[in-house]
Amino acid sequence: MSRLSRFVPLLVLAAFVAAVAWRIASPPDEKINSKMVGRPVPEFALAPAVPGKPGLSSADLQSGGPRMINVFASWCVPCIAEAPLLAEIKARGVPIDAIAIRDRPADVMAFLAERGDPFGRIGADPESKAQLALGSSGVPETFIVDGNGIIRYQHMGPIEPGDVAQLLAEWEAAR
Amino acid sequence: MIAEAGLAALWLAAALAALQLALALGLGGDQGKSIKTVRAVAMAQGLITLFAFAALVELFLRSDMSVLLVAENSHSQKPWLYKFAGTWGNHEGSMLLWVTVLALAGGVVALFERRLDARTLGASLGAQAALALGFFAFLLLASNPFERLDPAPLDGRGLNPLLQDPGLAFHPPTLYLGYVGLSVAFSLAVGGLIRGNVGPAIARAMRPWVLGAWVLLTLGITAGSYWAYYELGWGGWWFWDPVENASLMPWLAATALLHSINVLAARGGLRAWTMMLALVAFSMSMVGTFLVRSGILTSVHSFAVDPLRGTFILALLALYIGAALALFGLRIAHVKEGAPFEIVSREGGLVANNLLLSVILGIVFVGTFYPLIAEAMSGEKLSVGPPYFDSVASPLALALAALMLIAPQLRWRRETKPILPGLMPGMLVATAVLLGSILLAPNIGLLPRLGLAIGGALVPASLLPLVGRSLRRTPLPVWGMALAHLGVAVAILGMASDSAFTEERLAVAGPGDRVQVGPWLVEFRDVLPLAGPNWTALEAELRASRGSGVTVLRPQSRFFPQPPTTTNEAAIDTSWNGQLYAVLGEPAEGGRWQLRLWWKPFVTLIWLGGILIALGGALALAGRVFRRRAHGFYRAESFG
Repeated sequence: MSRLSRFVPLLVLAAFVAAVAWRIASPPDEKINSKMVGRPVPEFALAPAVPGKPGLSSADLQSGGPRMINVFASWCVPCIAEAPLLAEIKARGVPIDAIAIRDRPADVMAFLAERGDPFGRIGADPESKAQLALGSSGVPETFIVDGNGIIRYQHMGPIEPGDVAQLLAEWEAAR
Repeated sequence: MIAEAGLAALWLAAALAALQLALALGLGGDQGKSIKTVRAVAMAQGLITLFAFAALVELFLRSDMSVLLVAENSHSQKPWLYKFAGTWGNHEGSMLLWVTVLALAGGVVALFERRLDARTLGASLGAQAALALGFFAFLLLASNPFERLDPAPLDGRGLNPLLQDPGLAFHPPTLYLGYVGLSVAFSLAVGGLIRGNVGPAIARAMRPWVLGAWVLLTLGITAGSYWAYYELGWGGWWFWDPVENASLMPWLAATALLHSINVLAARGGLRAWTMMLALVAFSMSMVGTFLVRSGILTSVHSFAVDPLRGTFILALLALYIGAALALFGLRIAHVKEGAPFEIVSREGGLVANNLLLSVILGIVFVGTFYPLIAEAMSGEKLSVGPPYFDSVASPLALALAALMLIAPQLRWRRETKPILPGLMPGMLVATAVLLGSILLAPNIGLLPRLGLAIGGALVPASLLPLVGRSLRRTPLPVWGMALAHLGVAVAILGMASDSAFTEERLAVAGPGDRVQVGPWLVEFRDVLPLAGPNWTALEAELRASRGSGVTVLRPQSRFFPQPPTTTNEAAIDTSWNGQLYAVLGEPAEGGRWQLRLWWKPFVTLIWLGGILIALGGALALAGRVFRRRAHGFYRAESFG
């Protein structure tokens, strides 16, 4: 065995450690570009999730102006965290509709009573049909749909304080 | 109190590890004289770490939500078994289990290893203590499992429902025992290299540990493969996922080691190579643990890497592997090689085995890390998937299996007899299978066809080393070898049959609809809701018939509220010649449902083969352990 080849394994280790250290130092860009962005909202018609408030259908979204759709559930803890930010966005003049996933009317009402209700329409999606059609895999998620019913933006996970500006900008851009 | 006691035990064990390392380094007197103290310290360290782990188990069983780890990973309504398994179903707990096994392994070596000279044993126990010390530091400084949560929540957050499965409850500990069992081989190699003692004595001390670890790794991988097969609902049994590769790489290295170690033990040959493999095997275990625990290579849905923890483990890994490899590079020139041998000999066959296994290991390693390295170099994002691994690793694995037709029958040093008679039974079977498969199934791929032929040929060939012996006097390791090789044949037949003959149907069916798959006619009856202890489900009723008799299959789509997740529970009907596999998909229009059905002929042979391989290893291990008391009359032809 030549002098140098004895240290080849050490070189392999060094390359491995360097690559992994690089990854730790620069975490991957985890933004998933939605496949649904740029496409029309798939057809759905959801019954009202709570009494006294209209349900949501894809036709309601072709309203002539951009709207936000929040996919949420009363049993979803991150949804509680984003509730005040939704209220803030609503206060800036953005109309927001919602889809309640696998939920019961009484639970949704209790959730809205406690956390605030920024929503115009709320559709009940007991089997996640509309959610899956929208290309959403979890709760919460938020979509921006323009006046022609075309999806312009998809935000996965809870809205955090740093996301509000981006969402408002996307909503402005969809006008 | 329990949490505080556990934490105190961890600190104490870490102190003992430091003491053990200091004693082994020669502080406090001559190494040979202090070996009794080193042994005692190693045993105490193992027991105290075990106490810390038991404390964590108790906290999980009590659902003590004032402990952060319990609150984040458990739930009071969980079944008992999953509270117990929840102990290691998370980062901190699994690292504690890891270090517990590491410390216990050191204690067991200290207790039982009597044949190795005191200086080499002392150096090896020092290396084991150095390993443990780093991981104790990691737990205490960056991953404290006993951290309190104040105020305590009313209940916990639950456990990933995918992990709520009895098989999976014991899958990680099995793998961990295997991973960490290899640490002893690593420490013995380090001790041997330090003392310049890398002869047969080291190999014999290492062998039971390598065998035991390898048996557990084999069982763990087999169980993991079956779990992925029935739980993920994709009908596949191996996905080349980084986490799967993390367990496969130490197994490949351990398999090579377990073969080369026999050359060293029996003939004194392959010294440098065997030491290198011993270092690589445990290095792969550490790399694998790092991969799984850091989540650095997994998909976008995994949790983000905690940079502190990732850096900490990476630094430990670089330090230990780097130091060991540097030691190897510096010391190996002084190692004398053992007795020479010719190409056609048992040694020659084992060298070929090691080369093939090493190349496969290299292929898996490169395939697993290439995306990361490519992105680091060029910023380009890519993924390496089954097409690469299948097309590169499968032919090599088949070449390895073909080598197995003859190599175990060769003599040590030089084979004098012609090898053709030993090859005949296998060649006959292979020819018959090739001809038969071309006539009866002309459309299957080349690799599955070769797999059927070579797997078939291996069935008689694996038993040939037993032919012509007095079976009562045949040593257990030889039985073990034959059984393990038979297991390889069985597993290859299962894999080849699965890829050659599987039939898949995707259907949308309503009540009363019928779907044909393979020999089965499957009738869709109904879908009904169902509630379990901590989930609700939609369950389909399918009636499958072939010839006479009806089998009812009930695939489910389960919804877990804590945390909210949906899983598919496949329904599987196992018969002697294969499995019917059914998955309930999404609802379609008009009360109809998506259904996925597979007929997989002889697929169960894959896992049966895995179990046989592990049993073979266990037999060989039993032979090695019990032989220690008996006289070594078959040393020259020992194998396993």
